[in-house]
Amino acid sequence: MALLEVKDLKVRVEEREILHGLTLTVNEGEVHAIMGPNGSGKSTLSHVIAGKPGYEVTDGQILFKGEDLLEMEPNERAAKGVFLAFQYPVEIPGVATMNFLRTALNAQRKARGEDEYSTPDFLKKVREVSKSLNIPQDMLKRGVNVGFSGGEKKRNEVLQMALFEPSLCILDEMDSGLDIDALRIAADGVNALRSPGRAMVVITHYQRLLNYIVPDVVHVMSKGRVVKSGGKDLALELEASGYAQFEDAA
Amino acid sequence: MNVAVAKTGKGRAVSDLFTSAEGRLPGSPAVTAVRREAFETYERLGLPHRRIEEWKYTDLRALVGEVLPLAASPDAAALKRAADAVKVHAIDGARKLVLVDGVFAADLSDVKALVAEAGFKTLREALDKDAGLLQTASLDAVIALNAAMATDGVVLSIADGAKLSAPIQIIHIATAGSVSAFTRSQIVIGKGARATIVETFVAADAKAYQVNDAVLVSVGDDADVAHIRLMDDAPDAVNITSHFVTIGANVKYNFFNMTTGAAVSRLQGFITLAGEGSELSANGVNLLQKTEHGDTTLVVDHAVPNCVSREIFRAVIDDRGHSVFQGRIIVRPDAQKTDGKMMTRALLLSDEAEADNKPELEIFADDVSCGHGATAGALDDNLLFYLKARGLPEKQAQALLIQAFVGEAIEQIADEPLREHVIGIAERWLERRS
Ligand SMILES: Nc1ncnc2c1ncn2[C@@H]1O[C@H](COP(=O)(O)OP(=O)(O)O)[C@@H](O)[C@H]1O
Ligand SMILES: [Mg+2]
Repeated sequence: MALLEVKDLKVRVEEREILHGLTLTVNEGEVHAIMGPNGSGKSTLSHVIAGKPGYEVTDGQILFKGEDLLEMEPNERAAKGVFLAFQYPVEIPGVATMNFLRTALNAQRKARGEDEYSTPDFLKKVREVSKSLNIPQDMLKRGVNVGFSGGEKKRNEVLQMALFEPSLCILDEMDSGLDIDALRIAADGVNALRSPGRAMVVITHYQRLLNYIVPDVVHVMSKGRVVKSGGKDLALELEASGYAQFEDAA
Repeated sequence: MNVAVAKTGKGRAVSDLFTSAEGRLPGSPAVTAVRREAFETYERLGLPHRRIEEWKYTDLRALVGEVLPLAASPDAAALKRAADAVKVHAIDGARKLVLVDGVFAADLSDVKALVAEAGFKTLREALDKDAGLLQTASLDAVIALNAAMATDGVVLSIADGAKLSAPIQIIHIATAGSVSAFTRSQIVIGKGARATIVETFVAADAKAYQVNDAVLVSVGDDADVAHIRLMDDAPDAVNITSHFVTIGANVKYNFFNMTTGAAVSRLQGFITLAGEGSELSANGVNLLQKTEHGDTTLVVDHAVPNCVSREIFRAVIDDRGHSVFQGRIIVRPDAQKTDGKMMTRALLLSDEAEADNKPELEIFADDVSCGHGATAGALDDNLLFYLKARGLPEKQAQALLIQAFVGEAIEQIADEPLREHVIGIAERWLERRS
């Protein structure tokens, strides 16, 4: 079943069109990779799906489980199961990570009409997940992402993903700034979340990440459009030949 | 109208504010003479206005206009309402001293438990002997008015070396509308003593009342004091409070003020570091909404060498609120090795919110380290979006960021249960936001 349907999406930022009619369908259980050169609009797409202000959708639509995503507030989208792991997670001084995680999780559960987690259940869950991601407990006492290394910030995003159990995970350049060990830990965390009911969109500039998170479908994005889609071999092909051919095609 | 408006300059107002109240104001003939003189000072000066430098952002003539008549002594019904309010606002385990409409309410207070650890009298009792309670080092119109009109208050003395086992909470409760309460308290803390004093201002169903409070604190050498003031008066009330604090040597004095109530308020603190080696931490939070005007003015006077003062002030201003922070640090010629810093930050939640910040350093010594910094701005959209993308509705995302913002000042309160009490009041303010 189609989880995410992006249809002929046109998006402007400050009067300039960035996405020029982008179409993408992601089914439950699938892992899609979106590859493309810098500036092709990958982050723009992820931001529009998550509901970041400042983007004007001039045409097209985004359906999530058949519902119009563009009509929803970012927090409603999150509660419905959309999760974006940011390319650049922000630092929030003064908001303890643990408090943030609990507040966010319970806000999502409340929006879905579910009971809030009890404190022991919540702590148990956080402890389990953070252990598997090699996140020390004292990191959770600090302000959200404050003083975290690049790798720690990315692991904190994966931690949230594991806690919130979204049905659509969009990972924007999860590999940027990570050394190979950090990348492996984060990728293992992501792979552990692969499930038949959940889809992932892995945005990356490099093929490297796809050695660890193996996609079912690969899309090539260039200049605000998907210009080619194929199987996982397409990523290897790109690695060998580069993006230049598609820049012409676009 | 039977309320006289004080006039300045050519206007020679015979005010029945004082004459109608005089019979009810406690004190010996000597005290009465002091009161008369103070009232004449008030009449001569009139309410402070914007052409008086210290009051330029808080023009009481424009904001308040007139001083309301003295509140009547609370009757049984008023005391019943006050008792209910005490239940809501009392800090667990604290020794309560309750003033209702400016009058000490013994039945609502924990005098018995308190006197086991500290000396206590009401102002009314203490004034029989000591007219000096009405005198202060600096005097402006509101302080003079307080001296003239003060009906009651608490006079506390904590013995040398005493370590109080529980906080003392002075609770001011207003039960009557359209009247004024004038209170004055004195707190004397002995050498090497340890004490936590909390002052709470709240209403019990009262509207549009005025509070004029003065607190005289003197702290002996080597004492360790936490002094917390929580002003959560009714949204249409006025609260003008003056603190006079004199600090001895090697003292730790940790002051925190939070403004969450009143249409118009000012806390003016005059703090003198009079003994070497002391550390003053003076912090504050103003949380303002609607058209509230909240002024925190602190004058820190380093009169001797080798003291440290730190001021952290945060204002969160919504709607058409107006926050004022005036921080003056004076370093006297002898006060070498003074280390004095203040940092002010304002968070503006609406386009019409206003923050005025006036830092002043008056430094007459050459070997000192003093500084101030200030910022003002809105909530960071990127942080808001991050929180919303994680499922927090707008208001809740804002609340979390606001709490983090004021947290930097609140975390200066060392005692955890007290900090939680303060955070609880801030959270209720957040819930009141429309
Ligand atoms: N907030 C913005 N303001 C102006 N231009 C932007 C903004 N965000 C992105 N762009 C532009 O949109 C294009 C696509 O950017 P982006 O989506 O970040 O690409 P990618 O993630 O593929 O590197 C770039 O040309 C970039 O300069
Ligand atoms: Mg990008």
